[in-house]
Amino acid sequence: MDFTLSSDQRMILEMLDEVCEKEFAPRADEISETGEFPSQNVKKLAELDLFGITIPKEFGGLGMDYVTWTLIAERISKACATTGLIFGANLLCSYPLEEYGTEEQKKKFLPPLASGQSLGAFALTEPEAGSDAGNVQTTARKENGHFVLNGTKIFITNGEVADIYIVIASTHKKSGPRGLTAFLLEKGTEGFSFGQHFEKMGLSALPNVELIFNDCRVPTSSVLLKERRGFKVAMGTFAAGRIGVGIGALGIAEAAFEKARAYARERVQFGRPISSFQAVQHMLADMATKIEAAKYLLYRAAWHLDRGEAFEQLASMGKLYASEMAMEVTTKAVQVFGGYGYMKDYPVERYMREAKLFEIIEGTSEIQRGIIANLILKER
Amino acid sequence: MDIVVCIKQVPDTEELPHIRVNPETNTLVRESAKGIINPFDENAIEEALRLRDAKGGRVTVISMGPPQAEEALRKALAMGADQAVLISDSSLAGSDTLATSYTLAMGIKKIGSFSLLILGKQAIDGDTAQVGPGLAEWLRIPQITYARKIEINGNKIRAERALEDAFEKVESTLPCLVTVTKEINIPRYPSLKGLLSAKKKEVLVWSADDLTLDRKRIGLEGSPTWVIKIFTPEPPPKGEVLAGEMPEVADRLIEKLREREVF
Repeated sequence: MDFTLSSDQRMILEMLDEVCEKEFAPRADEISETGEFPSQNVKKLAELDLFGITIPKEFGGLGMDYVTWTLIAERISKACATTGLIFGANLLCSYPLEEYGTEEQKKKFLPPLASGQSLGAFALTEPEAGSDAGNVQTTARKENGHFVLNGTKIFITNGEVADIYIVIASTHKKSGPRGLTAFLLEKGTEGFSFGQHFEKMGLSALPNVELIFNDCRVPTSSVLLKERRGFKVAMGTFAAGRIGVGIGALGIAEAAFEKARAYARERVQFGRPISSFQAVQHMLADMATKIEAAKYLLYRAAWHLDRGEAFEQLASMGKLYASEMAMEVTTKAVQVFGGYGYMKDYPVERYMREAKLFEIIEGTSEIQRGIIANLILKER
Repeated sequence: MDIVVCIKQVPDTEELPHIRVNPETNTLVRESAKGIINPFDENAIEEALRLRDAKGGRVTVISMGPPQAEEALRKALAMGADQAVLISDSSLAGSDTLATSYTLAMGIKKIGSFSLLILGKQAIDGDTAQVGPGLAEWLRIPQITYARKIEINGNKIRAERALEDAFEKVESTLPCLVTVTKEINIPRYPSLKGLLSAKKKEVLVWSADDLTLDRKRIGLEGSPTWVIKIFTPEPPPKGEVLAGEMPEVADRLIEKLREREVF
């Protein structure tokens, strides 16, 4: 097994490290405070061609692999989790387009996603459909070569800032999950508007908006894949999305760990740096070990995805492990900082608030356990 | 317009504890430090790229250094430069600024004609700021140093120079040499496409044999100045604080200065 980075990867990551250090990390505290959408960060990602890493060259992307994508997403998230999620949510739009889109749909929507000119979003979640994804209430009524959408979506990442949306609606109510269809929509379509912003525990600059569909007409060519295949589109998308979310959690954990380690070296109590106390040493050792473990679950999931092999199990495991690990590591990081860790002046409390979301989105930890159990029980 | 940018690969100042000095030539063993493009040279590259993007033409980046300086040239290509040349030869080791500017001038002559020659105002390792002016003299072109703003209009260049206590506006015909300060622009990061395509571009490497030059003017032999010693200075001793009321404190100060035979 060759774990070395290729020279291309090293070159890209070196450039990205500089951008993260000079542009994303310094702004992370501020945007978290003000809740202001980090448009300069998004612009920078676009300038650097980062939105198009995995998008095929014929559609304006770089046609690179998902392992490279995860390495890049990891670093972005480590510098600024908000920017990392905005970046990652784009994948939830480009990936299903690549997997399930027609040539026309790909030609229309992939180039602006690749260039960063348009951001993407994936809209499934509703007030009554969280873990119970099949319980989608938004309807899409077929009428004269059109579909008419009615309903609401909530908590949609990149909502309102995105131009391109994949929306899951029910075309055949009686069939539950098997009656769902995925639609491609653009912002500005009549009958498609935005509602509430929700104030969150953390990641306040991350757009999470209500989408409102009121007799929104879309042509039948908006259907992604096929009618009644919406659930498949969603599950397929989430499998890849899990890697992204896991990586996001990993980035936060790494940032928290590094801060904790640096602090432990400097902070003197009882006449010595606290890093000389076994209790603190053990905490740091656990944090570092778990971070390493999370990395390779996620990198391997991406590696299998690149090879067109089954990757869903590793992706779920990676997401489950990394998100729970990040919660643990960020909590421990606050502990290492002691009283100062609780203060907003120090970044670790922010990491802890940010990490929590990752145990919930893209399939809660409970759902992940269910998925993993299903898959392992199917195996011989 | 054809623009040439001279750049230097310098040690990353964050790596200072690991840098080694060659005891013979008393210069840095450049291979021992991670190299970066001299920060002011990044401003020079950026300015060249902006002018090219606005007015068309080509940007050629040239550097004199050991083989690893190729990395710096590749980064310049990744930023968008059209061509890169490295002048590298063991006989060039130990060059001072006179020998360096001479060698670079001969390299630039081989590149061909140009409208503008841009450099960073100084290198952060040597800090002499001499190579730019030296180059202009060898090439017999006018020079504008410490430019914080430049404007090209047809065959003329107008620049604003940042002097210690004033700004000076000057104008010159082209071709001309300009050295730039940090204020002139914010250098771009190389994009992914830039990085990947730069990998495929060729960096031309010229040895001393590839250039028409006088061997006596290059390397250690061609350097009238040489570095006697590079060392980390001892931190200055803590000063003595004279506390008290005026004018008694002033009297004590004068006494101490007399004791030390300052006057």
